[in-house]
Amino acid sequence: MPRQPIDQYAARLAPETRTAVRLSAKRTHEKRWQILFERFADPDALRRLAGAIKQHTVDNLDTYLPAVEAKLRANGAQVHWAATAEAACAIVLRLMQERRATKMVKSKTMVSEEIGLAPFLEKHGIEALETDLGEFIIQIDHDHPSHIIRPIIHKKRQQVAQSFEREGLGAYNDEPAVLTRRAREFLRHKYLAADVGLTGANFVSVESGRIVLVTNEGNSRFCLAPTRCHLVLVGIEKLVPRDRDLSLLLNLLARTATSQQLSVYTEFIAGPRSPGQPDGPEEMHVIFVDNGRTEVLASSCREILRCIRCGACLNACPVYRQVSGHAYRSVYPGPLGAVLSPLLAGPHFPELADLPKASSLCGLCNEVCPVDIPISDLLLRLRDKGKRAGAPLASAATPPMGLWTLLASQPAAWRAALFGGRLLNVLPPSLLPVPSVRAWTEKRTLPAWRGGAFRQWFKNRKRQ
Amino acid sequence: MDQRVGVNAFHPFPIMDLSHRQPPGADRRVQLLATCLCDAFYDDVAIATVEVLEHLGCTVEFPEGQTCCGQPAFNAGDWAASRRVVRHTARVFAGDVPIIVPSGSCAAMLFHGAPLEFEDEPDRADVAALGRRAWELADFIVHGLGVKSWPGRWAGTIAFHRSCHSRGSGSAAAAELLLASIDGAKVVPIGEAEQCCGFGGTFAVGFPNVSSGMGALKLEHVRAAQPDLLVSADMSCLMHLGGLAEKEGKPIKTRHLAQVLRDALKGNQVVRE
Repeated sequence: MPRQPIDQYAARLAPETRTAVRLSAKRTHEKRWQILFERFADPDALRRLAGAIKQHTVDNLDTYLPAVEAKLRANGAQVHWAATAEAACAIVLRLMQERRATKMVKSKTMVSEEIGLAPFLEKHGIEALETDLGEFIIQIDHDHPSHIIRPIIHKKRQQVAQSFEREGLGAYNDEPAVLTRRAREFLRHKYLAADVGLTGANFVSVESGRIVLVTNEGNSRFCLAPTRCHLVLVGIEKLVPRDRDLSLLLNLLARTATSQQLSVYTEFIAGPRSPGQPDGPEEMHVIFVDNGRTEVLASSCREILRCIRCGACLNACPVYRQVSGHAYRSVYPGPLGAVLSPLLAGPHFPELADLPKASSLCGLCNEVCPVDIPISDLLLRLRDKGKRAGAPLASAATPPMGLWTLLASQPAAWRAALFGGRLLNVLPPSLLPVPSVRAWTEKRTLPAWRGGAFRQWFKNRKRQ
Repeated sequence: MDQRVGVNAFHPFPIMDLSHRQPPGADRRVQLLATCLCDAFYDDVAIATVEVLEHLGCTVEFPEGQTCCGQPAFNAGDWAASRRVVRHTARVFAGDVPIIVPSGSCAAMLFHGAPLEFEDEPDRADVAALGRRAWELADFIVHGLGVKSWPGRWAGTIAFHRSCHSRGSGSAAAAELLLASIDGAKVVPIGEAEQCCGFGGTFAVGFPNVSSGMGALKLEHVRAAQPDLLVSADMSCLMHLGGLAEKEGKPIKTRHLAQVLRDALKGNQVVRE
């Protein structure tokens, strides 16, 4: 039986990386719990409400998207629509080239990772510098984020210190405060020299056209302070109908993402610089990215579009804690990624058809989700989809169900098998021609087979 | 006990809706779905379930044609195969009396999983009706029959593993309530109670490294609590955890909830070891 790629990855993962990822995820998960109950009597009711708001929004995108476009234009922003990752990259490149811009500073956005923006721009001679500290470290290391909120959860500070030394940012020093200061000094000059600032958007209010950005480092403010042009890269599902919905969603996002009551910086950007304003970009372009989302909307897994990218499901997930983020071979790891990545892959779904299998279906992802996405149900739906699509990765290391189905739908055959199973007690498991029994006994003992013993007991006592 | 305090600092949000369940009738007739694991390995758990139910005045029927709830194929992604087995189960368990399942996971298959895979099927109403009759044992005792404390005596310390499907449905709380009420029994908290043991059905054989890694963490927490017994509402978790511990050469004593309840009735006499 071929092994599951993620399980193989887990076997190769350095034990100290596994432990670091697990303990870090566990800490955030448990703090999140405290802070949710500290202020809210019934956080469950809040997350259900937030889920209903987001579901309503994605169910009515056909109305809300034109409405937000009109509002954004009225606010003085320009709006672009990108159907694919390539189209989104091309729009950004065109906007840069039209302005003879060669230097971009960007704050953290998962959509830019998703569309591969920074490497694309670099190929076209444009510097696209990450200014979020974690993303900056990923960029200088030519690495990939392994967590959507904490991209370097898999790295130790000693490794970061080595990278800084290699990049000429100072002699080796692994004190976090020193590393942070060095990055800050390097980045400050870059902000001042940049032409364009690119951000994502955590939410976009349809009512006001406000772009909402949350950060803890304030780097998105720096991206926008000296630059002439602000590009916003945002997935089409990031809308909320009204400004007042933000009070609920921002409260939940910070608590579930980073165990904070609110992020250090929460920005509401209503448009480009207005005449009376002392600073800020003169131009603002909002690029709405579809890149497979419309198809997700049409699928049986549309609830995943509620996701506000808080990372709580990653932190809670016992599988993520064992395998870390890179095991998922996609931009979005963890339970969220195991649903979203294969769906966004479109025709390449078979290449990621094993991801929905990387779950014990414990349901904790659903319990911690601030927008109540039934992630385990969606994982199950994707398992069924993978099976029906005949994707080999969907069936890798999965016991075939043919014989079981035959037995389990015919009582006489089932009873015969119950007695026949006693062979298990006399044959060593290594000799059994059943791969799943071998896989089981590699790690565990098998209890004695007592097939039919209960039925015998029940029958005998009825006679008495 | 405030579940938000201390090492068990996790108050589960019920992610499965149980509000539609059908209460038992005055005659307390019930059907037993023994589960394939008890049918094949753990006959004493099924026996204990019958004895516990009979103690509560129930008349227990065992439909002979029963096989499996359909969960293995549902879990494996072979929904077409699973639906065949669910249809068989629905036929075998015809009627309108409660179906009692000594497993949080198989019960959840009937009231949550099967309706999910039958959403687009013409006979979805039959499957939904089957689900409304399904109860995990502790859930049935506490919420179906209104029994909130357990008689008899069983002296010792118990670590209760909240199997995920009993945590998700809220019936783990019912099991903990019953166990803690037994004279002489002390339920000791275990760390990271909300974390899965790593069984996960086909996951256990498809992801042996991840699954055993998860199990090792669970065993660490269980051993730290130094209980006399590890108890759960699901034999699948106990088969995995017990099997891992035995393979390591450091076996732990495990017992199903139904066995502990039955043993308490018999006055601290551990039967059929």
